[in-house]
Amino acid sequence: MNFSFSDDELQAIFLTLKVASVATVAALPVGVALGWLLARKRFPGRALLDGLVHLPLVLPPVVTGYLLLAAFGRQGWVGAWLADHLGIVFSFRWTGAALASAVMGLPLMVRAIRLAIEAVDRRYEQAAATLGARPVVIFFSVTLPLAAPGIVAGAVLCFAKALGEFGATITFVSAIPGETQTLAAALYALTQTPGADAAAWRLTLVAVAVSIAALIASEWLARRVAQQVRGGT
Amino acid sequence: MKRVLSTPIDIDVSLRRGAFTLSFQLSGELGSLALFGRSGSGKSTLLALISGLLKPDRGHIRLGGVTLVDTDRGVFVPPHQRRVGLVFQDSVLFPHFNVLGNLRYAERFGAATRGHPGGEGSSPLSLDLDDVVNLLGIAPLLERRPATLSGGERQRVAIGRALLSSPRLMLFDEPLASLDAERKLEILPYILRLREQAALPMVYVSHAADEVARVADTVAVIDAGRLQALGPPGEVLAPAWARGAGGFAAVSVIEARVRDYDEAYGLTLFDHPAGMIALPGRIGRAGEPHRFVIRATDVALAVQRPRDVSFRTVLSGTIEAIERDSGPIARIDIRLPGDDRVVALVTRKAVDELAIDTGDRIFAMVKATALDERSLAR
Repeated sequence: MNFSFSDDELQAIFLTLKVASVATVAALPVGVALGWLLARKRFPGRALLDGLVHLPLVLPPVVTGYLLLAAFGRQGWVGAWLADHLGIVFSFRWTGAALASAVMGLPLMVRAIRLAIEAVDRRYEQAAATLGARPVVIFFSVTLPLAAPGIVAGAVLCFAKALGEFGATITFVSAIPGETQTLAAALYALTQTPGADAAAWRLTLVAVAVSIAALIASEWLARRVAQQVRGGT
Repeated sequence: MKRVLSTPIDIDVSLRRGAFTLSFQLSGELGSLALFGRSGSGKSTLLALISGLLKPDRGHIRLGGVTLVDTDRGVFVPPHQRRVGLVFQDSVLFPHFNVLGNLRYAERFGAATRGHPGGEGSSPLSLDLDDVVNLLGIAPLLERRPATLSGGERQRVAIGRALLSSPRLMLFDEPLASLDAERKLEILPYILRLREQAALPMVYVSHAADEVARVADTVAVIDAGRLQALGPPGEVLAPAWARGAGGFAAVSVIEARVRDYDEAYGLTLFDHPAGMIALPGRIGRAGEPHRFVIRATDVALAVQRPRDVSFRTVLSGTIEAIERDSGPIARIDIRLPGDDRVVALVTRKAVDELAIDTGDRIFAMVKATALDERSLAR
């Protein structure tokens, strides 16, 4: 087997890392806000919001991709407005792949963050209030740091999901080599090509390696953050 | 003993939570008030209402001319603007900061509350970080994380943290309840010192009579969400047992002045109009008043001035009341000269065999070790 990567394969690998990273970073503030809302607030429409967030988890990914296309495509009502007013285009761009990955990863992220925030003893927040801290200060100085291990876990889940996202991405932005063809899409294309077994194996090994590295990194990070939060000698 | 600064307080609140109803009225000058009652009586709920962590269904709370909550007028000052320092039973130190970080947090955000409507008026405290660290002896702990502190150390830091938020009122929610006996002794002197030196009004919640008797000027007895009795500890705490409030050990509170220190025996001797009191260790300076808490179970009685007994503390008084039923224990209320009272629990058999009755002269004896602060550790 030849172990040297072709340019196309390298492109797919780096694109996938870029898409997954951007998706995770972009989803993080949204995930924290949603996790906090669902964990701490009671408001009308809460169940609906909860359902909406979790929808990509249960919908066929192709359906999510199609809905994204309908909304964020060049002709979609959000997509058209974004393109005309802000010059942001998602359709058939790598940004669209990041959006699809973020939407698919969000339920996992929100779930982890919500559980982490629910687990923060409210009395720490109450103590902060009696000491004179405003609610927004309490959120950033107490709630968020204490929930940090869960937030890290949520981000890692989202990143992992984004690495492997296939259905929604290919439906929304297709698989254009160098623009939207992520590792999963490239691998799929190779399996459909006679005589591309070696290339398919190379991408498979990369996918396994990246996933294991992500797992190890998340474990290390989570332990570090937890130690930071809980203290100890 | 420096007088605690008194602040007018006016509470009239009601709150329903399931089967529990709180309906509480209290107004007067607040120095050091104890809320005393069984667990589930509503004491901690009341603290939550004062600190703003709970909203009453109806009513108002005013403190020193500032309305903290008034449901009729739609006023609710949120907790972070109330300038009320709350010490929780189990400290609730921020685990992600070290001790210094916890103190700085209070200093920083407490200072910010001074300008708020609920925070008008300057704090009676002008303690900075160094003062608080010295007052509570926490200098060696500053770099440590809360998880590495003992329960007593944690509680000292929690008190310091509350003090640094420049409060106008300190609230203590069973601050000793989760500590073992020795740790209790470690903390109590700091709270007493605070009461005597810091001149800061405080509300102290506890279900331990002897704790309340030491800390409070005024005791409010709460049962089932209602105020049952209000008055100085000596008056309020003694009858608690008799009213069948269940499990409360009756205590008496008397005040005496230091006469001198007996170097040879290591005893401080106190003058009381009813007799002399001997206490192990050197306490206070001559002429200074000291508050004694005497558990009714620690008092023995004699009909004549006792001789040939080991008790050095003998107080003479008059029997005011004898309460007895068919049970084995009777309760004797003794009035001492100087308007103090002592309560004794003795066997009914002893009452009959000594043939004592209301109006008789009686001598109440207390072991020195029972008066010692360390006996609180039992």
